[in-house]
Amino acid sequence: MSIVLVQVIVGGLLLGAVYALFSSGLTLVWGMMNVVNFAHGDFVMLGMYVAYVVYTLFGGGPLFGAPLATLLLATLGVIVYFGLIRDIMKGPMLAQILGTFGLALLLRYSVFWWFGANFLSLPENLVGGTFDILGIRIQASRLLAGVVALLVTLGLHLLLTRSTLGSRMLAVAEDSTAAQLMGIRPDSMQAIAWAIAAGATGLAGALIATFFYVVPTVGETLGIVAFVTVSLGGFGSVPGALIAGLLIGVIESLSGYLIGAIYKDMVVYALFLGFLWFRPQGLMGKT
Amino acid sequence: MRFSKFVALLSVAAISVGLASGALAQQKTVKIGAVFPLTGNAASAGVHAKYAIEVALDIINNAHPELGNLPLAKNAGLAGLGGAKVEVVFADNQGSPATGQNQALRLITEEKVVALTGAYQSGITLTASAISEKYGIPFVNGESVAANLTERGFKWFFRTTPVATDFAKVYYDFLTDMKASGAKTDTIALVHDTTEYGASVANTISTIFKEKGLSIAQDVAYTTNATDVQSQVLQLKDKKPDVVIMISYTSDAILFAKTMQALDYKPPMLLADDAGYSDPSFLKAVGKISQGAFNRSSWSVGAPGSPTALIAKMYKEKSGDEMDDTAARQMQGFFVLIDAIDRAGSTDPAKIQAALKATDLKPDQLMIGFKGVKFDDKGQNILASGLIIQLQDGENYVAVFPKANAEKPPVMPYKGW
Repeated sequence: MSIVLVQVIVGGLLLGAVYALFSSGLTLVWGMMNVVNFAHGDFVMLGMYVAYVVYTLFGGGPLFGAPLATLLLATLGVIVYFGLIRDIMKGPMLAQILGTFGLALLLRYSVFWWFGANFLSLPENLVGGTFDILGIRIQASRLLAGVVALLVTLGLHLLLTRSTLGSRMLAVAEDSTAAQLMGIRPDSMQAIAWAIAAGATGLAGALIATFFYVVPTVGETLGIVAFVTVSLGGFGSVPGALIAGLLIGVIESLSGYLIGAIYKDMVVYALFLGFLWFRPQGLMGKT
Repeated sequence: MRFSKFVALLSVAAISVGLASGALAQQKTVKIGAVFPLTGNAASAGVHAKYAIEVALDIINNAHPELGNLPLAKNAGLAGLGGAKVEVVFADNQGSPATGQNQALRLITEEKVVALTGAYQSGITLTASAISEKYGIPFVNGESVAANLTERGFKWFFRTTPVATDFAKVYYDFLTDMKASGAKTDTIALVHDTTEYGASVANTISTIFKEKGLSIAQDVAYTTNATDVQSQVLQLKDKKPDVVIMISYTSDAILFAKTMQALDYKPPMLLADDAGYSDPSFLKAVGKISQGAFNRSSWSVGAPGSPTALIAKMYKEKSGDEMDDTAARQMQGFFVLIDAIDRAGSTDPAKIQAALKATDLKPDQLMIGFKGVKFDDKGQNILASGLIIQLQDGENYVAVFPKANAEKPPVMPYKGW
């Protein structure tokens, strides 16, 4: 295998890890609460702006920006849950779609109004530049995002499968009335789920900002990939989102390199639809 | 009873007619519609376009004798219409051809604008101008370069900017000149998106280069607003073309610059076709890692105190950014439109159209480096021209070609970061 092809695959894996990272938050709320959060991409965008502000005001890198973005977005997640989601969940599906879509526009254009339409960027060497391993170039910022993606996935998976809190959250997801009878408060469980989901999304945004441009509409660009990643991985499955993200990243890179960039979306979506034909619940979703 | 009611009605009617005519005499304004991407992914360009038009409005509606021969600057308002002021209604195309078309329709039918300008993206200028054509309203475009815009046999569409065909020739001359001075320019790669702009400019360049015996070795097309361009950069790294011509909007241009650095790829020569590479936010975001990039432009600040320098200063005060080529071309297009309305002495669309056809502006009447403004039968400015600029220090472009207009000699190879 030529060195360029290895580079293409490595690039695809790192890209895929990033896709997985910003999809994990979506898979939590979508899979567990059956709420499609159309504002997800804009949560990523907010995380990116937090990282940008932390850098411009204090010169801090993702070491400061990422935890702060996680914290702020987690808070926002709780506010959004109590202020919006709790009520629209009782309404029809359409109310959820329009409600979260409205939230997306509100967030996007608040940032637009405050920061303006300009494209912003963090300095390229904020996270240790680029390594060269046997001719393969690996960007430290993407590697960091990839490693964090793995850790977040592992953490969320353990939380959901090995902890009491996780069991309670899953119980609420499965049957909220029955859970309530067992003494679990669905409201607090779902608020916690929103805090975790939004926090993970903010973290993703802060890390992506180290190698991607920052602009109010960036959530639109990144949002679609998150939806595809989650449905391919299986709703509510955090490891599924990781595998799906990696797969999509590598397929995009390979098809972009071998066939041409304009065809890569076609290849990804054709494979995606073909896969759902055989396995509509996604890679790791439960039937 | 009946009679008194009649009298009352009559007097109300008389008063309202009197009020209306009084209002007409007082607020004689000329309403122009401007369609730009004020939100969406090209909002950065659209917002700067809005600043450019607002600076032009200041120049038109207030007395600016310091701006020399620039038409409309000397006195306040339009002399041809008894000092009438110009008002611009801005509309947001949201980066979508369908929205741009709807907004053009709204401006014409609801806002009753007498002429239109815009719409930045060639693909949206295409749809928006189709509406103005249908309603017989003049549309003056100052910035969209896709060739087909003036190939549709439209009677109401006028374009002041040089188009892809003009620039392809400038690029060819520039590459020939660079080759003569020792640079390698044998293999050329075109990198472009698949929008109306990207596809048509790439097509024009490869057609004109082929006519002149220069073939395109590599064509790298991608979908705009890409999430990742690593594979495209690796394709270039693989083939090692001597010259890479970038035809990209801002978002993709920034991503390419970042990815090229990450993958340690520097083409010997990088020549950009305006758009993203002229966006001030591109320069701020990645100018420092794009040093040595060539670009095209029709704008030059000029000597301190010159009319262009004064306009650049007004623009900077308004927007906080340096004047760039795109904003300057938009402003020039708007001036040409208002100048025609002034000469027409009327807001009647047919009279404005006739005045646009009769436009014959000389270089000293322009704020941009064209040889003049004069439209052919298709509505294209035949005196539009441009030059090649280079981002030598990573902050500001300097003119490097043709030699007559050069501020500095071109520097090779592409430095990057």
